[in-house]
Amino acid sequence: MSHRIPAALRAPFSAEGDAPIDSHLANKLLELALEGGADYADLYFEFRVSADYVLDEERVKTVGRGITLGLGVRVVAKNATGCAYTEDLSWEKMAHAARTASQIARSGKTLPPQGFTSQQLPNYYPVEELSLMVAAPEKLALLRAADRAARAHDPRIIKVEASFAESLREILVFTSDGVRATDLQPSIRFGARAVAEQAGKRQSGSGGGGGRYGLEYFADSTHEAAAHGVEAARVAVAMLDAREAPAGEMTVVLGPGDSGILLHEAVGHGLEADFNRKQTSNYSGQLGQQVASKLCTVIDDGTVAHSRGTINVDDEGHLPQRNVLIENGILVGYMHDRLSSRHFGVAPSGNGRRESFRSMPLPRMTNTALLGGQDNPEDILRSVKRGIYAKRFSGGQVNISNGDFVFALLESYLIEDGKLTTPLRGVNLIGNGPDVLRRVDMVGSDYRYSDGMWTCGKDGQSVPVNVGTPTVRIASITVGGTQV
Amino acid sequence: MSAEVTLENVAALRALAAETVELARKAGADDVEVLVHDGSELSASVRLGEPELVQEAGSRGLGLRLQRGGRCAITYTSDLRRDALVALCAETVALAELAEPDDAGAPPDPSELAKDVPDLDLYDPEVGKVDAAWALRQALEGEDAARAYDPRVSNSEGATWARVIGVTAFATSGGFVGGYRSSYASLVVQPLCDDPTDPTTVKKRNGHWWTASRFLAELEPADEVGREAARRTVRTIGSRKVETQECPVVFDAEVARSLLGSVFSVANGSSFWRKSSYLLGREGQSVASDLFTLVDDPLRPRGPGSRPFDGDGLPTRRNVLIDRGVLTTVLCDVYSGRKLGRRSTGSAGRSIGGSPGPTTSNLILSAGTQTLAELLAPIRSGLFVTQMMGMGFNPVTGDFSRGAIGFWIENGELTFPVSEITIAANFDDILHRIDGVANDLRFRSSVASPSLRVSHMMVAGTSK
Repeated sequence: MSHRIPAALRAPFSAEGDAPIDSHLANKLLELALEGGADYADLYFEFRVSADYVLDEERVKTVGRGITLGLGVRVVAKNATGCAYTEDLSWEKMAHAARTASQIARSGKTLPPQGFTSQQLPNYYPVEELSLMVAAPEKLALLRAADRAARAHDPRIIKVEASFAESLREILVFTSDGVRATDLQPSIRFGARAVAEQAGKRQSGSGGGGGRYGLEYFADSTHEAAAHGVEAARVAVAMLDAREAPAGEMTVVLGPGDSGILLHEAVGHGLEADFNRKQTSNYSGQLGQQVASKLCTVIDDGTVAHSRGTINVDDEGHLPQRNVLIENGILVGYMHDRLSSRHFGVAPSGNGRRESFRSMPLPRMTNTALLGGQDNPEDILRSVKRGIYAKRFSGGQVNISNGDFVFALLESYLIEDGKLTTPLRGVNLIGNGPDVLRRVDMVGSDYRYSDGMWTCGKDGQSVPVNVGTPTVRIASITVGGTQV
Repeated sequence: MSAEVTLENVAALRALAAETVELARKAGADDVEVLVHDGSELSASVRLGEPELVQEAGSRGLGLRLQRGGRCAITYTSDLRRDALVALCAETVALAELAEPDDAGAPPDPSELAKDVPDLDLYDPEVGKVDAAWALRQALEGEDAARAYDPRVSNSEGATWARVIGVTAFATSGGFVGGYRSSYASLVVQPLCDDPTDPTTVKKRNGHWWTASRFLAELEPADEVGREAARRTVRTIGSRKVETQECPVVFDAEVARSLLGSVFSVANGSSFWRKSSYLLGREGQSVASDLFTLVDDPLRPRGPGSRPFDGDGLPTRRNVLIDRGVLTTVLCDVYSGRKLGRRSTGSAGRSIGGSPGPTTSNLILSAGTQTLAELLAPIRSGLFVTQMMGMGFNPVTGDFSRGAIGFWIENGELTFPVSEITIAANFDDILHRIDGVANDLRFRSSVASPSLRVSHMMVAGTSK
């Protein structure tokens, strides 16, 4: 798609840019970085253009735009890393960053400079036209459509906000072991929020989606801007009748898609190999062991077409892939960055990701999912005499070392005699990762990914991810409500 | 490498902000606000006695917010060259055409703008003099002390010593131009130990402790931070669930800070005009126990959250949000104040590339008179919370449900550690049920709280 992108959206350092970084220049910088003697060094050039539009009180209130440009230099000597970055791509500033990063290196080794090999990358997110290239009125019309649809959905809706964010990130990576990789990563994210009021009581709801798409994303009927507006209004109105949730251990049925956040927290983070290299995860040393019910097969797949967590190449120049983490309950693999794959003596898994040139690559999830099983989703619901059906989530958190995790339900319902009855007010679930996954006793056939809204935080770095799951029954988990 | 921010640097950045305001006016903007930041950071981490990461860099950015015909656009860049800024101004003016007029978005009346910038003593030149080698030694000393404290500390998530120094400058077309320099240094130590309590399940227990200050000499000694981190880690060995029940809950000073953040999220002008606060319409009424007095004070000398002017260019001032239980002030910036038909409380925060909005500076819950032991003493059985997990607070309804870690209280004494439980109640009830505030307030961070006791909450754990 590169030939169709206007110059304003291309990185200055790209071959088409006004200050291209070629192999010769990259080699000179890597030589400086390795001057003190080190095992490895890499250069990470990043250019990001983003725009956002916010509609509030039926008006487009702000329009924003930003550009980020910089170089991150990393030098590795054994397990120690030195890094520096610069937002100024003049030779002096780049050379200064390279020398600063080299200050930690103590290995005494000197590496001969190498030539770079560029890989032919797959493209998991071809777009018809970048949304940043489309004239703004078309995007503002999407915001108005969501706003109108949310208001029209129910007279109890008293407030609606809609937002659209779009970005294009261009990266260029050079490594001292000879890799050169470049990628253009488009992303869009649409969100709607509604507040409903009835007899002085208020509730809010939200809807949205996105991924690595152009505006063709909205052509799918479930992705229409109006559909996201209606979803926000539907949740807000549904929650007006919500009553307080129960407290204590109960059976919980997770709805398909969004509930993958449970996997993300319960096992995903614990299987990021930096924690296991350092023996700080509760999954450390558990390879080959049963860590979940036999019904559970968990993957992390960076190659899902157009998904929010997908990448054509990771931020260390490695190809993404479909990595099986847990197969029929047995732990079979971790997610690696370069450092951890070296440590474990395995091939890189394509999970080395960084928020920006200012941060360090870490093993990170991409699109993490529990694969579908044999059960009919309706049978799963019917099997529960009394429990909770979890439909929408606001997020979660895990303690890596002991595996305890929480996730917050935004929309959930009481299940009584196999049927959804009362909506419940916001509540947290808490459990222990391996413990909860051993209690997964029914897995539905309706596996799907969430509609692209999730962002994962780790060590202060945010990266886009996606989660997926079918309908799942957990025999028992602690529900943090107020009613005994 | 050491770094330094001189008064000349401050003057230069102030001038850059003011010049950019003029460039944007020439480009056709009616009203302009420019925020510029230029800083330098150093971060040094060790793990198991070896250097793990040293990061050192300078970082800068300029945020431009302008209006034309009441239409607003916001842009940012890290390219501060004059021709780049000229282009940015033209682009931003064009971008504003896409927005729709918003009367509330006009800048403050020039008469409201801050006339001078008080010196709040926010910069310590000693912080910038620290180099990577010294920072690594501090981190090492902290981690060593943690590992030596108890043989059960068998592993570590490392220790990090970090600093930032920099200049912030802000200029508006209304005539405000201000700038100041600031510094901040911190050390965090994160030990880890194995928990052999249940041999069938591998569990590890982690904990951390930290020190931070704008002044190097005010940091707590690294070895003390390390020992406190280790003490907080090993005491969680053997953590277990408790039965679901309603009981008194005492929040440790460190974790009570999180409750104050939740109070702010429902006591600010933005959540009010967005009808997204359960406190809407409750000003002048009781919203908490009369033991509860909450103040936001941006003018504390050396305060971690102090600021000499706010994100609208207004002078900052001390505001009492809740006075002995009564909601007295909702923190407003200019925009949210207008939406509510009132004046700003001088509480605007603003980031590069962001819209201004109400934020806290130093948010402080007034100390009580009892010791922590006295808070615990009357409790026959209850929960002492030292950490919370997750985001289980809904500002619209006040529903509060979060994961909790801590200790079980029996007859006024801490007995065994607990984890994997939740605590829940409506936040309005939580604030009214506060029946004890301790005297252990310390100004370690921009949100500071003493320990406090809530008469009862629902604790969810195992079934009976």
